[in-house]
Amino acid sequence: MSERLTMKEAARIPDALAPGHRMCAGCAHPIVARMIMKAAAGRPTVVTNATGCLEVATTIFPFTSWDVPWLHVAFENVAANASGIEAAWKAQRRKGKGPLAKYERLNVIAYAGDGGTYDIGFQALSGALERGHDFTYVLMDNEAYMNTGIQRSGGTPIGASTTTSPAGKVIPGKTEWKKPIMEIVVAHEIPYAATINPAWPQDVLDKCRKAFDTVGPKFLHAVIPCTRGWRYETSDTVSIARLATQTCIFPLYEVERVKGRPVWRLSGPSASIAKRPESKKPVSEYLEPQGRFRHLFRPKRNEELLKFIQEGVDLRWQMLQERCA
Amino acid sequence: MAKQELLGLNGNEASAYATKQVNPDVVAAYPITPQTIIVERFSEYVADGLVDTEFVAVESEHSAMSCSVGASAAGARAFTATAANGLALMWEILYIASSLRLPIVMAVANRALSGPINIHNDHSDAMGARDSGWIQIFCENAQEVYDASITAWRIAEHPRVQLPVMVCMDGFTISHTMENVMTLPDDAVKKFVGEREFIRVEGHMGEAELRLDPEAPLTMGPLDLQDFYFEHKIHQVDAMDDALEAIKDVDEEWAKVSGRGYGYAEPYLMGDAEVAVIGMGSAMGTVRHVVDELRQEGVNAGMVKLRLFRPFPAAELKKAVGRVPMLGVMEKCISFGAPASPLMEEIMTAYYHDKEKPMMANYVVGLGGRDVSPAMIREIYGSLLKNRKAGKVSKPMSYIGVRGD
Repeated sequence: MSERLTMKEAARIPDALAPGHRMCAGCAHPIVARMIMKAAAGRPTVVTNATGCLEVATTIFPFTSWDVPWLHVAFENVAANASGIEAAWKAQRRKGKGPLAKYERLNVIAYAGDGGTYDIGFQALSGALERGHDFTYVLMDNEAYMNTGIQRSGGTPIGASTTTSPAGKVIPGKTEWKKPIMEIVVAHEIPYAATINPAWPQDVLDKCRKAFDTVGPKFLHAVIPCTRGWRYETSDTVSIARLATQTCIFPLYEVERVKGRPVWRLSGPSASIAKRPESKKPVSEYLEPQGRFRHLFRPKRNEELLKFIQEGVDLRWQMLQERCA
Repeated sequence: MAKQELLGLNGNEASAYATKQVNPDVVAAYPITPQTIIVERFSEYVADGLVDTEFVAVESEHSAMSCSVGASAAGARAFTATAANGLALMWEILYIASSLRLPIVMAVANRALSGPINIHNDHSDAMGARDSGWIQIFCENAQEVYDASITAWRIAEHPRVQLPVMVCMDGFTISHTMENVMTLPDDAVKKFVGEREFIRVEGHMGEAELRLDPEAPLTMGPLDLQDFYFEHKIHQVDAMDDALEAIKDVDEEWAKVSGRGYGYAEPYLMGDAEVAVIGMGSAMGTVRHVVDELRQEGVNAGMVKLRLFRPFPAAELKKAVGRVPMLGVMEKCISFGAPASPLMEEIMTAYYHDKEKPMMANYVVGLGGRDVSPAMIREIYGSLLKNRKAGKVSKPMSYIGVRGD
């Protein structure tokens, strides 16, 4: 295991995602991506990026914000691209020749959004996990197709109003729960999976380091608040992200494979909620400040649906705690 | 010239054997009939430790091409193989592979596209990819498959080309038919293909080799909008133009090593021909046989076999066609709603500005693997002779060997 990277040390590491990119004000993408790249500093790293917000806004030709080798191919195939990069490195290593042969490990990071993971990129992800490639897949989950204008995805939470699941007179936004992506990924028996939140940067750095140190497929699920799609003030990104974990709609945890078994463990903030359940905030505190859930509160509170969502969050949180016991 | 060994190989095995000798870094493939033998044989080479290749048994053809793109971008020699629906599933990534200028080599065992589902040969799959920016070589037999599966690397990686190459062989007719194939020793192939060359490009941190390198980072595949996209497409046009020269150089070099030289368009008994058929792939062997028969019967018949479709070798084609007055364009593909089949459109376009050109008629044959028999080819020559005699084309487009036409 490499040594812990502290926040103070991380702050001194030059950004591999340089400023000047065109992400929206208040977007959580660059916050999380910068932390991940800081954790990757010092390792030979190649990034591959699915089509999406992070890709289009950081690489508008002839400009780029990336100071690491970076490849974008398409929307649904980033895990397959990563498979190819890793396979190229392995073959060059075996032959003892080729540009990547000198690296004992190559840190391959694949970034994709929720559309590129839950939906269109699901098959390529599953295939790459099953084949056991040595790479880290980062799901940057802003919970809808934000780059094309806020359409619902398999990662959109229940009740959210999007442009393809609008809150109407009859249907109150999205009627389905988020696909349980972490459970699906963990079912692939990969060595490491974790959820990360920009409101807990040290936890992000620690989990990235752990992922990069682990050989095989790793999966990081980041909550990425989106000011445009979630409809909140640009200055509130981190506080909204924090509420996601404080209300247990997005708990922080990690799953390591120990002696062939998945070992689930709650991380700092979620572990302390498990210890002191009274500190768990009601989910409405997370939903109410967001415009995408506005119809649940105005013109009058939709108590029935709010209760239904709270019960669903509680049930999932309970099941997670049982796994982590 | 290297000493050669005669092996009994079908087209798929010839492709796999040549690829074994090339020993590429990454092979990412997904099984589809009639390409499966390539993947199976190559897996055996990997399992027996005969190659250093990283074999990635991907979960789809879309991922086969995506994995090849990732590998090639990371500096690897990447190979894959597919057919029909598999090629169609790759379609999106074909364009990206060529625009990223990645010298991937892919074998295509040509098969009819669904629907209705059909596993047998025609050219509708490769013709659907004709605008994807890939070089396309069509083989007549297993020997040509072997040779093209080696020369393809040098063509793809040529500094002035840097484009992916498709080696097309007719499904079953070539892919599954065992033939005598002259093969070079491993070291001769190894010497011929050498190491992958990288072109140097201007990156955001200075000049660098075009590949993913942590020591010289490049951004590959950025968002390219109204202000630059068009210029980048013109670069691809230029590369295709340059490929016409480069392929000739590589083929000549291969001829020196192997004794087998190929032109882009091969004329057969065209000097005094009154009527001729032009086409691609395995059926051209049957056409040659019919031409011999017709010659014995006193008919001045000829033929031209086209080996390269992309880039389209218009000048070589016209040279091979020569002054024949009546030309039949035979093709295993339909373009629904189009005035002619793809090859016919290309040839007519190539001749449009010329004052002297042959009369031309279009014959679609063999869709879905329907046998292209000597009798059908005789029917085509009969039609050409009738047109020649009448001095005009009575029927510009015919479907040969189909009920009701």
